[in-house]
Amino acid sequence: MSNEKDIAKSIRRAALKKNWRLFRRSKLGMIGLYIVIFFFFLSILQPILFVTGVWNKGVYDPVVGYSEQFQEFLVVECPTEYPTEKYKNRSDCPGRTEVNVRTLYYSDAEVGDYIIQNLQPAPPSSEHILGTDSLGRDVFSQIMEGSQVAFVLGLLSATLGVGISTILGTIAAFFGGKIDAYLMRQSDLILMLPTLPLLFIISAFAELQVWHLAVVLGTIGGLGGSVITIKSQALQVKVKPFVDSARITGGSQMNILFSHVLPNVAPLALLFMVFSVTGAIASESVLSFLGLLNIDMSWGLMIYLAQVEGFIFSGMKFWWLILPAGLSVTFLTGGFYLVGRGLDEVFNPRLRDR
Amino acid sequence: MENTLIEVKNLEKYFEVSSGLFSRNKAIVKAVDGISFNIPFGSSLGLVGQSGCGKTTTARALSLLDPKTGGDINFYNTETSSMQSIDELEGEELKKFRRNIQMIFQDPYESLNPRWNIKDIILEPLNIHNIGDLKDREEAVYEILKTVGLTPPENYMPRYPHELSGGQRQRVSIARTLIMKPKFVVCDEPTSMLDVSIRISIMDLMLNLAKDLEVSYLYITHDLAVARYMCDRIAVMFNGKIVEIAETEDLLNNPIHPYTKRLISSIPIPDPSHKRETYEVNFQELDSLIADNPNSGEMIEVSSNHFVATHDVKGIL
Amino acid sequence: MNILEVKDLDMSYRTIDGEVEAVKKVSFTVKEGESFGIVGESGCGKTSVAMSLLQLQADNGKITNGEIIFNGKNIVGLNEAELREVRWSGISIVFQGAMNSWNPVVKIGEQIREAMREHYPDKTKDENTKKIIELFDIVGLESSIIDRFPHELSGGMKQRAVIALALSCDPKLIIADEPTTALDVVIQDQILKEIRKVQDVLGLSLIYISHDIAVIAEMTDNMAVMYAGSIVEMGKTSKVFSDPKHAYTRMLLESTPSIVGPKKKLRSLDGEPPSLINTDPYCLFSYRCPNPDDNCQNRKIEMKLTKIDTDHYVDKCCVNCG
Repeated sequence: MSNEKDIAKSIRRAALKKNWRLFRRSKLGMIGLYIVIFFFFLSILQPILFVTGVWNKGVYDPVVGYSEQFQEFLVVECPTEYPTEKYKNRSDCPGRTEVNVRTLYYSDAEVGDYIIQNLQPAPPSSEHILGTDSLGRDVFSQIMEGSQVAFVLGLLSATLGVGISTILGTIAAFFGGKIDAYLMRQSDLILMLPTLPLLFIISAFAELQVWHLAVVLGTIGGLGGSVITIKSQALQVKVKPFVDSARITGGSQMNILFSHVLPNVAPLALLFMVFSVTGAIASESVLSFLGLLNIDMSWGLMIYLAQVEGFIFSGMKFWWLILPAGLSVTFLTGGFYLVGRGLDEVFNPRLRDR
Repeated sequence: MENTLIEVKNLEKYFEVSSGLFSRNKAIVKAVDGISFNIPFGSSLGLVGQSGCGKTTTARALSLLDPKTGGDINFYNTETSSMQSIDELEGEELKKFRRNIQMIFQDPYESLNPRWNIKDIILEPLNIHNIGDLKDREEAVYEILKTVGLTPPENYMPRYPHELSGGQRQRVSIARTLIMKPKFVVCDEPTSMLDVSIRISIMDLMLNLAKDLEVSYLYITHDLAVARYMCDRIAVMFNGKIVEIAETEDLLNNPIHPYTKRLISSIPIPDPSHKRETYEVNFQELDSLIADNPNSGEMIEVSSNHFVATHDVKGIL
Repeated sequence: MNILEVKDLDMSYRTIDGEVEAVKKVSFTVKEGESFGIVGESGCGKTSVAMSLLQLQADNGKITNGEIIFNGKNIVGLNEAELREVRWSGISIVFQGAMNSWNPVVKIGEQIREAMREHYPDKTKDENTKKIIELFDIVGLESSIIDRFPHELSGGMKQRAVIALALSCDPKLIIADEPTTALDVVIQDQILKEIRKVQDVLGLSLIYISHDIAVIAEMTDNMAVMYAGSIVEMGKTSKVFSDPKHAYTRMLLESTPSIVGPKKKLRSLDGEPPSLINTDPYCLFSYRCPNPDDNCQNRKIEMKLTKIDTDHYVDKCCVNCG
C-alpha cells in the first residue's frame, strides 16, 4: 500500500503545480503576490534585525527609539519682507541647513556663524534610510512595524469574517426556511449600515485596539453580503447528485454539511478572504489617520502624526513622513486585491482564457 | 410466481406550484399519478418515456430521496421473509434499510464529490454504516475497484474525479453503489452522457454485475434501444402514468397503446436500408382523453404479462 | 457539382497544456443537394470541422493549413466582412444548444427579421414577414409564433424556429451540429423529419454532424467517420454500413443498440480516446485496435485516406484490420 501513498503524494503535488501554473499565468496576480511577499518580508525583517543586534532597540525602536541627528546650521536672519534676492517667500526661510537667529534664545551665536544642532525630523541618510520623524524615530522601522500590524489585522479579520459567513451561508442554504430568512434579512441590514461611520461611533465609546478592530471588522464583514454569496454557492452544491448519493446511502445532515457542502464552498470562501484583507487594511488606515484607534504604530498613525504636527502642509519638504506610509497602504491593499484576482482565475474556470 | 423484491402500488407524487408571484392559488402538478409495478429478484425493469413524464420523480421516490405523497412501496425483507412497507421504517431501521437501495446518476461529472479522492468516495457508504474496521474497508474498496475494471486499484484510489474520463467516473459510481451489496439499484440514464464506444462497456459491466450479485435494476431511459439491451421488462410512461408494461421483446414487437407505438416509431435504426414506419399521435388529444377518464389508472392484461392502461379512448385504442 | 470542397484542413487550439490538434488533414466534398454526415465521439473534432467551415472557432483556435472551397471560392483567410457574406446567406449552422441562444426579451419573428435585414436591406418588413411565415410552414410551426417570446415555446419549437432562422437568408448549405442532442426521442424524430423536408423542398445541401450512428444512417447519403481529429473512413452511407473497413467504424456499428432485428451482444471498445496534444502522424487508433497488423503496431504508416472502391475511402493504415 506504500505504492498508493506515493501516488497520492505525486498527485497532490501535480494538482498544486497545475494550480500554481494557472496562477502564474495571471500577470496581475503575480505582481500582487510579489508585493505581498515584499511587505511580508519587511514585517519579519524588523524582529530579525533586533534579535541579531544589527539594529539597536534604543535607536531603532519604532515607538520609543530615539536617534540624534546632529548637523551644521548656518545662522541667518530672516527678512521681514518678501520676496528678497535669496528667499521668495516666508516659508523659504530658514532653508534646510539654516537657522533663524531670532529663534536661538539660548545661544549667543551670530548671523554668519555655524552651529551644530539636533535636527528632527531628519531626512534619509545612510543610518536611517527613510529618515526620522519629529520625535527622532526611524521611519523605516515604523513602516516595518506598520506592515506587521497590517498583516495581523488583515488576516485576523478576514479569517474571522470568512469563517462566520461560510458557516452562516452554508447553514442558510442547507436548512432554509426561517433560519435562512432571518440570516438573509440580517445580511441586508448589515449591508445597509455605513461601516466607517459605525466604527467612528464605536471608537468614541470604547478604546479600540488592533485586535478589537479585527473582531469588529471581521464580524461586520462576516455577517454582510458574503453570507448571501456563500449561500448561493452552497445552494448549487446542495442539489448536486453526489449530495443525493450520500443521502440515499443514509448520510446524516451534519455529515453532508461538513463533508460535502463545506469543502465545495471553501475555494470561494478563500477568495473572499483575500479580498476582505484589502478592506480591513484600508479601514484601519482611515481610523488611525483620524486618530480614533488606540494603537502604538501603524501606517495610518504615521500619516496622522505628520498631519497633526503640520508637516503634511509643507508640500514635499518632509516627504519621508508621508509618502512611505501612504504608498505602503496603497501597495499592500492593491497587492492583496491583485492576488485575489489571480486566485479568481484559478478557481473560476469561466474566467480562464482557455 | 417469482419472488418479488419490490412492489409499487398506486405511487403518487404531487407537487404544489404557486401559479404567480403574488397569487395565493396553488396549482397541483401530478408528476407521478398512481403507478403500479413490481420487480422480481434479479430482474430489471426499464422505465421509458419522454422528458417530463415523471421517470426521474419515480426514481427519486423509490430511492427514498424525496417522500412520496401517496401509494405504497413494499420491499422484501430478508430477515422476516415477507413484504414490508417502507412507511413502517424509521430512524436506525430506515438507515439500515437504505443499504438495500442505491442509485446511479446520469451525469458522471456531477455525481462524485470533486474534493474527494476515489478511495474516500467509495469508502463513504462503509463509513456511514460503520461496516468492518478500516483495514476491511480498504480491502473492500480495493476489491470492488477490481470488479468494475479499474485496475490496478492502487493507481485509482488516490486520484480525484476530474482526473478520470466519463467512463471511468461512471465505473467509480457503480463501485460506490455496489460496495454496500444492495439488492435494488435505481439507474437514471447512467450511460446517456457517455460516448458510444464506452457506453456498451458500462452497460455490459452492469449486466454482468446484476447476474453475479443478484441485483435488480430500475433502469430509466428515453431510449428504447438501450432499454432493450438492459432490461427484462419495459414500462412505458406518459404524463405521470404507466400506459403499457410488458416483457421487452413482446412490447417492441406487439405494442398496443398508441403512445408506445409512437415511441417505437421514433427510434432511429442504425441501418440505412431499413425504412421505419411513421406513426402519428396527437399528444394533447391523448392527454385530455386520459384526464377525462377516471379509470385511466387501471391496467388490463392483454396477453401473459402484458398490461395496457384502459382509457376509454375510442378510435385511438 | 460540388458546393463545398475541403482540402487538407488543419485546425488547432492553443491551451494551457499545449497545442491541441483538433482537425488533422481533413478532406471531403459535399455535392449540391446532397446530405453528408460526420460521425464520431465527443472530442473527435467533428464540431471543430463545423466551426472552421464558418471560421467561427474560439479565439484560441486557428486554421493552420488547408482550403475550404465554397461555391468555387476559397473562404479561408477572408476578412470579417466577406465572411459575414458567406455566413447565413451561403452556409448557415444549427448547433447543439441553438435553441437556448434566443434573446429572451425579443419576439422570435423580430429576431429572424433582424438577421434578414442585415442580408436583404432592400426588402420591406411585410416581405420579410411573408417569408418567415413560409419558412415556419416548412418547419411545422404556426404563423402566430412570430409574435411569441422564446420562453413561451417548448424546446422542440425553439429548435424548429432556429432551423427557420438558419433558412431565412437562403443559404445553399446547412450545417446541423447535433441539433437534437438535448431533445428526447419523439421531438428528435419530428426535428429530423423537418430537416429532411426542408432539404427536399428547398434543394439544399446538408452537413449533418452527430455521435449517433443511427441518426446518420437515416439522414445522410454520404458519410465520414472521424477519430482523433482525422477522417478514418468515408463513403456512401449504405456502403459504409454494409461493408465497413476500418476497425473503428466496425466498432461503432457493432456497439449501437437497435430495436429491430434479433437482440445481439454488442461489442465494446477498451481504452480511452487519445490526447490530441503533440501527436505524431501515425494511426492514433492502433493502441485500441482489437487486431492491429505489424505495420500499424510499429507505427510505420502515416495516416492517409486511400480509395478502395468507388465512393469508399479508408485510412491507409487500417484498410481491413481489426
